Amino acid sequence: MKGVRHYPGFLPLTILCLVVLYTPLIVVAVYSFNASTSITSWGGFSLRWYGEVFTGREAARFGQAAWNSITIALMAATTATVIATAAALAMVRGGPFRGRQASFALINLPLMVPEIVIAVATLIFFSTIGLRTGYLTILLAHITFCIPFAYLPIAARLEGIEGTYEQAARDLYATRAQAFRLILLPLMMPGVISGWLLAFIISLDDFIITNFVKGAGMETLPTAIFGSVKQGIKPNIMAISTLMLLVSVLFVTAAYLINRKGRQSP
Amino acid sequence: MTAAVDLKNVVKRYGPVTALHGVSLAIADNEFFTLLGPSGCGKTTLLRLIAGFEDISEGEIRLFDKDIAGLEPNLRPVNTVFQHYALFPHMTVLDNVAFGLKMKGVDPVARRARAGQMLEMVHLSAFADRFPSQLSGGQQQRVALARALAPEPKVLLLDEPLSALDLKLRQAMRVELKQLQEQTGITFIFVTHDQEEALTMSDRIAVMSAGRVQQIGTARDIYEAPENRFVADFIGETNLLQVDVAAVREGRATVVLPGGKQIVCPASGTSSGRHNLSIRPERLTISDNADLMATVERVVYLGTDLQVIAHLDSGEPISLRLQNAARVSLPEPGQRIGLHLEEGGARLLAD
Ligand SMILES: Nc1ncnc2c1ncn2[C@@H]1O[C@H](COP(=O)(O)OP(=O)(O)O)[C@@H](O)[C@H]1O
Ligand SMILES: [Mg+2]
Repeated sequence: MKGVRHYPGFLPLTILCLVVLYTPLIVVAVYSFNASTSITSWGGFSLRWYGEVFTGREAARFGQAAWNSITIALMAATTATVIATAAALAMVRGGPFRGRQASFALINLPLMVPEIVIAVATLIFFSTIGLRTGYLTILLAHITFCIPFAYLPIAARLEGIEGTYEQAARDLYATRAQAFRLILLPLMMPGVISGWLLAFIISLDDFIITNFVKGAGMETLPTAIFGSVKQGIKPNIMAISTLMLLVSVLFVTAAYLINRKGRQSP
Repeated sequence: MTAAVDLKNVVKRYGPVTALHGVSLAIADNEFFTLLGPSGCGKTTLLRLIAGFEDISEGEIRLFDKDIAGLEPNLRPVNTVFQHYALFPHMTVLDNVAFGLKMKGVDPVARRARAGQMLEMVHLSAFADRFPSQLSGGQQQRVALARALAPEPKVLLLDEPLSALDLKLRQAMRVELKQLQEQTGITFIFVTHDQEEALTMSDRIAVMSAGRVQQIGTARDIYEAPENRFVADFIGETNLLQVDVAAVREGRATVVLPGGKQIVCPASGTSSGRHNLSIRPERLTISDNADLMATVERVVYLGTDLQVIAHLDSGEPISLRLQNAARVSLPEPGQRIGLHLEEGGARLLAD
């Protein structure tokens, strides 16, 4: 059989897709180093917009938004990872139980439901129980939608670990708790770490749900950027976007590498 | 004398599947006991019940006279060598071997010393700081053995530990395992589907099939005196002939061979009628003093042996083994030969 490369039109189509996907990112990254105030014409290389981000007129606003984003992402990712780990243990190691299929669907449902629907539903829920929108509501919403992202790599890792390791530990006089702490947890750690990294990025990155539940005056980086762009795109936005892109790429790469390393030495 | 492991009418069910149908076994202290049977007959299940990974559905399970039903695996003085070793991949060889001692609360200095001794015993001292993935299959197997023996269990369970090794290594390990068992005095319960392995190492063997114990005895017992057709067929090669039983008295039967000749042989069953007669191929010789008449089909050269494949005048296939000695004449295909049955070479089976 011929490889996919030999299908007619494969190469042009591939190039088209790559161009559409990545040209905007490249343009943003390149123009963040533009010396001129224009966002369309090149005025030479400069780091002035990066300086502007940290010292300029909007620095305080973006600083606060970045602080909110990072603290929320840290807490949401950590909480979601703990919940996802417990869920994965129940699903993968819990044996057959009633409602297993349903549990699996419930854990992963947020991946399928349109985000705008979750955003509206979450907002309605918070106002029904009388919770004022703000930092706390953002955090709660982020924990919720981060769970499936943390769950997937953890469950995949756990499925690859044979049950005989825990049995061997129990056979060698370990209690259930010791077998978990000394054997299973270290073996599933690569999955837990990449689950946490993914959850962190997803939280850091979220706009739609955050925008609904944030309340007035509370900003995260994505909502602050959006607010700023509404008054026209300035080059400092490109600098911020490039920084966020860099963080995302670093985290996703780390998640990938940790997962791959874990798979090589199980 | 109390048995090391005593099973009485043990039944194990997995939902609708019954893996063990009423198994009774008494394994003596210091014994090298083997569970032998084809894949799927319930050998691993039996080990898992003794180790405590599963609970028995019915019956009784005792360890040195103590009822251990429902006891957690970490509370049983029993260790296991797993089929695929299950060495902890994130620990060094030394830490693997010391794990059981650590869990038992042995202090770090003492457990390192003891783990070191165990590694010496299996000739792996030089590999103490490696990780399991850096060892060959045979070395991993020996680490698994050292790890299971380090806490000095009362009973060691071995689930087909040699099946993943190549032939030469397997043969060397048989000797080594047997020596280890004698040296340590620990009761070994060894699982295998390889009859040669079972015959060469065991004090006693339990032959299993379809969740039942078919026969328990020494290698010689089950080879020379199989009680039923399954055992006769599974252990070694055998010829099974349908014969008419004329009379049975005191464990000896008078049977009519195909061709009409009557012989007296040991019998496992007591009923008369039509039964299977088991004849070991090496107990037949070509002779003018014939009990059976046959026609040669093929002669297969096996090195130390020759296998002669023939059929009786009544049409049933029969095979015999001849030692490859300097012989005057070899049977030729198509040749008619007389077969003489050595004294005690045949046995009447119950089913
Ligand atoms: N966890 C289980 N669930 C259902 N059936 C099982 C389970 N473990 C074993 N069995 C069944 O029990 C029988 C005996 O299996 P096993 O003890 O593994 O055989 P062996 O080790 O002799 O090859 C098989 O029919 C197998 O399918
Ligand atoms: Mg098995």
